[in-house]
Amino acid sequence: MVPLSWYLILAAALFSVGLFGALSRRNAVAILLGIELMLNAVNINLAAFWRYGNVTNMAGQVFAIIVFAVAAAEVAVGLALVISVYRQRNTVIADDIDMMKF
Amino acid sequence: MTAEQIIFLLVAFFTLGSGFMVVTTRNLIHAALWLIATLFGVAVIFALLDAGFLAVVQVVVYIGAIAILFIFAVMLTRKDMRDQGPQMNRNWWFGALISVLTFGGLYFLLQGWNGLSKTAADIPSGFDAVGELGNALVSPNAYVLPFEVASVLLVAALVGAVYVAFNWK
Amino acid sequence: MRAGGFVATEILIWLIPLPPALAFFLIVLFTNKNKTLSHTIAVGAALLSWLGSMIVFVRALSIEHLGEHPFESSINWLPTGDTWFRIGVLVDPLTAVTLFFVAWTVLMIFIYSVGYHNFGQPEGDHDHKGLPPHGATVEDHGHKHAHAVPSVEPMYSRFFAFIGLFAFGMYVLVVSDNLLTLFVGWEIMGLCSYLLIGFWYAKESARDAAVKAFLTTRVGDVFMLLGIVYLYSVTGTLSFREIFAEDVLHTLATVPSSFLGFSAAGLIGLLLFMGTIGKSAQFPLHVWLPDAMEGPTPVSAMIHAATMVSAGVYAVIRMFPLISLDEKTMAIVAFIGAFTALFAATIAVAQNDIKRVLAYSTISQLGYMIAALGIGAYVAAAFHLITHAFFKALLFLGSGSVIHGMEHGVLHTGNHHVDPQNMFNMGGLRNKMPITFWTFLIGGFALSGFPLVTAGFWSKDEILADAFGHGHWWVFGTLAIAAFLTAFYTMRQITLTFLGEPRTKEAEHAQETPWTMTLPLVVLSVFAIGFGWFGIPEHFPALGGLFPNWIHDFVGGTLTEHPEAVEFNWIPLLTSLVVALGGLFFGWAIYRNVQTPAEDKLQIPILKNKYYFDEAYDFLFVKPAYWLAETFIYKWMDKRVIDGFLHIFDPLTNGLGAFIRNYFDLPVINRFFGDGSADVTYWFGGKLRVVQTGRIQQYLMFALVVFIVVGAALYFFVFAV
Repeated sequence: MVPLSWYLILAAALFSVGLFGALSRRNAVAILLGIELMLNAVNINLAAFWRYGNVTNMAGQVFAIIVFAVAAAEVAVGLALVISVYRQRNTVIADDIDMMKF
Repeated sequence: MTAEQIIFLLVAFFTLGSGFMVVTTRNLIHAALWLIATLFGVAVIFALLDAGFLAVVQVVVYIGAIAILFIFAVMLTRKDMRDQGPQMNRNWWFGALISVLTFGGLYFLLQGWNGLSKTAADIPSGFDAVGELGNALVSPNAYVLPFEVASVLLVAALVGAVYVAFNWK
Repeated sequence: MRAGGFVATEILIWLIPLPPALAFFLIVLFTNKNKTLSHTIAVGAALLSWLGSMIVFVRALSIEHLGEHPFESSINWLPTGDTWFRIGVLVDPLTAVTLFFVAWTVLMIFIYSVGYHNFGQPEGDHDHKGLPPHGATVEDHGHKHAHAVPSVEPMYSRFFAFIGLFAFGMYVLVVSDNLLTLFVGWEIMGLCSYLLIGFWYAKESARDAAVKAFLTTRVGDVFMLLGIVYLYSVTGTLSFREIFAEDVLHTLATVPSSFLGFSAAGLIGLLLFMGTIGKSAQFPLHVWLPDAMEGPTPVSAMIHAATMVSAGVYAVIRMFPLISLDEKTMAIVAFIGAFTALFAATIAVAQNDIKRVLAYSTISQLGYMIAALGIGAYVAAAFHLITHAFFKALLFLGSGSVIHGMEHGVLHTGNHHVDPQNMFNMGGLRNKMPITFWTFLIGGFALSGFPLVTAGFWSKDEILADAFGHGHWWVFGTLAIAAFLTAFYTMRQITLTFLGEPRTKEAEHAQETPWTMTLPLVVLSVFAIGFGWFGIPEHFPALGGLFPNWIHDFVGGTLTEHPEAVEFNWIPLLTSLVVALGGLFFGWAIYRNVQTPAEDKLQIPILKNKYYFDEAYDFLFVKPAYWLAETFIYKWMDKRVIDGFLHIFDPLTNGLGAFIRNYFDLPVINRFFGDGSADVTYWFGGKLRVVQTGRIQQYLMFALVVFIVVGAALYFFVFAV
């Protein structure tokens, strides 16, 4: 039987990898890819706690599904933003998109 | 070491490895494909956790829709990004440091928690996880409100995405 | 939910006032550019309210003892401590008959306004907003020359919006079951009266008249509000049914007020009656009503004959159980009423403006009703209120029709110096305007109390009979003289206007008015005759008992104690016959040959100038107010006293100010705090601006660093301890 810790450590590792992607990639699409990894890590946690806790309480799975929905929404809006910015400034490099600078 | 543990370790390494490739590979199309691999690994993890429904949704929604959306986005925006030039920004080392710190912090926190070596109880026979999940989602006593809010969020995101990406010309 | 039907009566009553209010908002907000749509909405709304009122009236008729079990319905409105102030609707017999005449007159006046404001005529050549239309020139197809026709009112839609709001106020007042909403309706009408009298606001006289009407009625309203407040403080309720409960009335009658030995009921009654004095233009607040004739004629008819001034009398009739508790108050009411009746009638004799005669006649007739109430003739007052509303609306609309016809003549001759309202410019109009003539004749005879056939005879006769039967000799005598004068000036008016030969070219070219104006005249004249038959006393010779005395049974049922019908007596009957016929005869005989104002023997200066009331008020109130404001307050108090004080303070404060400025403000506040803090902020800003790169990932990194540091610190220093 796999202990709970293994799942949690896997999720933590996947989260950190995603975080690295989100922090370090130049391409805006790649940043979104990193965020997807982080969301998946969260889902692993949710499913694991459901399985190792009280199985009849469906909260873990329900929130995993809601995370799916949030992820779908986030990707749709995020990619729409990227495309919109690309159209106007002809770049998807996050560092060049610095319109908020002083 | 049981068979289950071996399968878990294999899947976990596959997942982490492809996740690492997602954030490091130069070619964005490849990155998106690696993401699909990662998502598939996560689906297997869900299956290992007896969350069959989540595994199916992971494959259908994540791989079938979200990952494909990424590939399209990459194709639409890669005119000037022929994989040349650096793929990491100047502060990538700092991002790596923060990631390692995060992992270290999480690991440290887990160490101090006593429920860590807990093993799962068997699922009671005749327990219909998918049916229960469906009930929980639409039952007024459970999660119908978050469920409805999520649906509103999806509609709002849909409208917002169309609005933002629309070509006003 | 008694009387069935498709809508419960109680709900229907709530709905009656709504259509005109909706019409007001619709016209003001949306349709004011479109004349046809505006008047369609307004007339349609009046029609709906009329329909609702008629249904309620018919259902009310079918109920036995409606007085004890009226239609009523109320809702919680304002929380007052641990109880609720409730508002609602109430239809008892008095309300039912009032609704009846209000609905009819309002509807007729709405229809009449369409014609009066020349709907369908071209836009005027030089018409301005705020002035009556001057006429338009159109090319005739047959002839070569252009000729003048009446032009449409420039603010046509606005007029319908205003009268819609007005009708709303009146309906609210009538169906209210408490004094507060009654007062709300009352004030809405006051506002509309102001707006409508000043409808042609570019005329200075109209502006002045509007202000005068508003301020004069306000004097009465303030007292009325005081009465309402006093009543509420004594009884804790404003609902009619609750106030008229036996024990509440008893309390009111026995609790003394601190004013001249009146009981609380007497003082409240007096205060409420003062509101009526203002609203119904009784002496001494009657001065606004004649001036209100500056408004368009439908307004004169509606506000100043049929509905608004009736509202004042209605309020007194409504509060009769309370007012009748105190003998002194009743005596005052009777005195004011009788005095006003005679006093206004004498003024009316000397007026030459066709509408002003009617205005004073209205004051006089309202005085009749008030006097009737003062002697306790409840039913007679209500009866006269209804018949008067019909025939006075008829007379006003008729006079509007006459003026309209005369304006036609004025446009034809092009001589704009001829006043189309002066009766000495008329004459012989019976041939030119036959419908107007016959209906005006009916209205005039009803007003004079022409025996047997007209409604006015029966209602006036009942008042006289009551006064005689209860031994109020002074009231009886005064009212009899007033009745004689009424018949006299009415016949004078008819003779000057319609009989004889045209005295001017304009009168020769007068024209009958369109059907929208004559139809209301015909409908109202039916009521001016027919309504009297419902109130024939049972013991009247020959006619008595042919019809049941419906008015007495029905309206009398409003009171808990059914009023006794007075016994028949020949003296008041003969008196009313003599004064009516005598007045009519003299009016015709004297004025048949009078051609100019100079030949009129009754143009006595004191009557002509309305007993100098305007001048007296000017001297007593207006001039002193100006003097107080200008000479006393402005020149003396303000300029000398206050300014003098201020001039002493001026150098003092100046010096202090200069000191503070030079030795404290500039060095400490400005240099040190003001500039100093700005410098520090600027320096830090310059150093910190490099952090703001605009790169989203960098921000995220900063955030995470802080998160990790803070998380670690919390873990080690807070949770781990």
